[in-house]
Amino acid sequence: MDALLKNRRDSRNFYLLVALGLLVVAAGLAAAHYMEEYGHIVTGMNNQIVWGMPHVFAIFMIVSASGVLNVASIGSVFGQAPYKVRAPLAGLLSIALLAGGLTVLMLDLGRPERVIVAATHFNLKSVFAWNVFLYSGLFAFVGIYLWTLMEKRMNPWSKPAGLVVFAWRIILTTGTGMIFAFLVARQAYGTALLPPMFIVMSFAWGLAVFLIVQAAMYGWNEMELHAAILKRLKNLLGLFVISVIYLVAAYHMTNLYFARQSAFEHFILVDGGIYPMLFWGGYLFVGSLLPLFLIYFPGMGGSRHVLAASILVILGSFSLLYVFIVGGQVFPLSIFPGYEVTSSFGDGQIGQYAPSLPEILLGCGGLGVAFLITTIGVRALNFLPRDASD
Amino acid sequence: MSEELDRRQFLKGSAMLAGLAIAPGMLLYDLAHGRSLNEPASSAVRWGMLIDTSQCESGCDDCVKACNKENGLPGGTRPTDEQWMRKVELKDMRTGKATSLPMMCQHCEEPPCVDVCPTGASFRRADGIVLVDRHLCIGCRYCMMACPYKARSFVHEPLHDQKPDVPRGKGTVESCTLCVQRIDRGENNTACAEACSKAGHKAILFGNLNDPDSEISRRIRTVASTQIRADLGLNPGLHYEGL
Repeated sequence: MDALLKNRRDSRNFYLLVALGLLVVAAGLAAAHYMEEYGHIVTGMNNQIVWGMPHVFAIFMIVSASGVLNVASIGSVFGQAPYKVRAPLAGLLSIALLAGGLTVLMLDLGRPERVIVAATHFNLKSVFAWNVFLYSGLFAFVGIYLWTLMEKRMNPWSKPAGLVVFAWRIILTTGTGMIFAFLVARQAYGTALLPPMFIVMSFAWGLAVFLIVQAAMYGWNEMELHAAILKRLKNLLGLFVISVIYLVAAYHMTNLYFARQSAFEHFILVDGGIYPMLFWGGYLFVGSLLPLFLIYFPGMGGSRHVLAASILVILGSFSLLYVFIVGGQVFPLSIFPGYEVTSSFGDGQIGQYAPSLPEILLGCGGLGVAFLITTIGVRALNFLPRDASD
Repeated sequence: MSEELDRRQFLKGSAMLAGLAIAPGMLLYDLAHGRSLNEPASSAVRWGMLIDTSQCESGCDDCVKACNKENGLPGGTRPTDEQWMRKVELKDMRTGKATSLPMMCQHCEEPPCVDVCPTGASFRRADGIVLVDRHLCIGCRYCMMACPYKARSFVHEPLHDQKPDVPRGKGTVESCTLCVQRIDRGENNTACAEACSKAGHKAILFGNLNDPDSEISRRIRTVASTQIRADLGLNPGLHYEGL
């Protein structure tokens, strides 16, 4: 009887979650429709800040989609049993996040109805065009990988499939970093450090997403994660968070050393208002130091601490991406070095950007897509990570 | 027999000579006059500009107004409005010297906007003009991120009353076309250069950089000019004098 009641309650909760996800997705689609109807004038974006809040959401999801596969790679490529049982969930999350991120990117286009043009006309010199192949490839390879994990006869192929996925997602995140690294004239971008930085960020953010979803699934099923496994996962998260700090520091240190970059760094790190605030407060304190405290401080490191740390890492990632993407464009482009510049087009001026509700809703809609795919996926498929002694 | 051969040889020789004599003339004629509309743009031409900043008057924006009129742009200056051309006021931070100049697409030989465009909507015509194919542009704005000159605008609002020879589209990116509609009609001058001359400044000289005898080529050979952000190695078609 108890089991029956639990079953009923589970079903009800599942449909509630799906309804919630659908609601968020619907809000995102409505926002996209509104943006398409009236044009991007209804967003906060303009001719100086051409990429805004939708891109923060989309890049977070696309980077995490790659990073979450880390769990699968450690299992399939490096043969670690506790990670192997988590590989299917990681694969599902990867597909979900990538779908969410791409939905946002696509719906933010000035001409979203021309997505077919993007799928049929390729400029092979463009890293954006490469990414079209990288994204569709990831869907395909993760799909095949999941098949090798779920179908017993295919199990022996899971290692090579995992290896392909491992290589592919490293290349994919390299491609995401290159979108910015290839911008020759922008002070904030145009450095070869960005692809490795994006890869390491993907490790941290993807694992944080994984830990949150895993905690939710364990909570739902009234299960406890083994202490030894929790310790491994939390230590890994800590290591990734430290690695991100290292690369972010190297990026800013390099810029600080170049005289021509010092005005930009001063803006981002000291007097740029919201941007230094988000960098130091949002990314470094809330999104990195606090999680490290929750992970490593004696007496901390319990499952709730790790869950909190994961949520904070994600908040930090949004802060960092906002500073990187929006802050990087708000600072005026250096077209005439050595001159004070004014014009009717914002030359020499700090750009203004205030995200509008439709673009935030569009971003949330993407998260909704990822959430729906995950919720339905884990319900329909048996992806609950079960360790040997469960 | 031999007389006939001689005559044949003579005729052949004279025909060749005549051909040799008129060929450069024909070539120059071709370059100097517009091509017919069904003829593709030719790489024998590279359109460009030489802008003499010493002649450009601070506060004068006749060129910008002419550009807006020619291309049917409303001419607003909000951050979301399209500005294909703008006047930039510069002050040298070391010497305090003030300079005024018009800024627009620099029509690079190696345009970053063309490199990054995923669909190939951004392209460079054989005659050096960098354009956006409004049918292929998906509005991703990556070209705007890549342009070192902030030369491109995104159409943020629905459009009304477009000029038939300058088609535009909401949700796509656009920039200075060097008045390509005029060039294709055979009028080898841009609206901004014409307006500048009319105002008596003659700060904008438009012409064919590939023709060594064009006024622009002669001037570039004799006066000191520079390209903006020449350090990037993009070889823009726009040259600036007095900067």
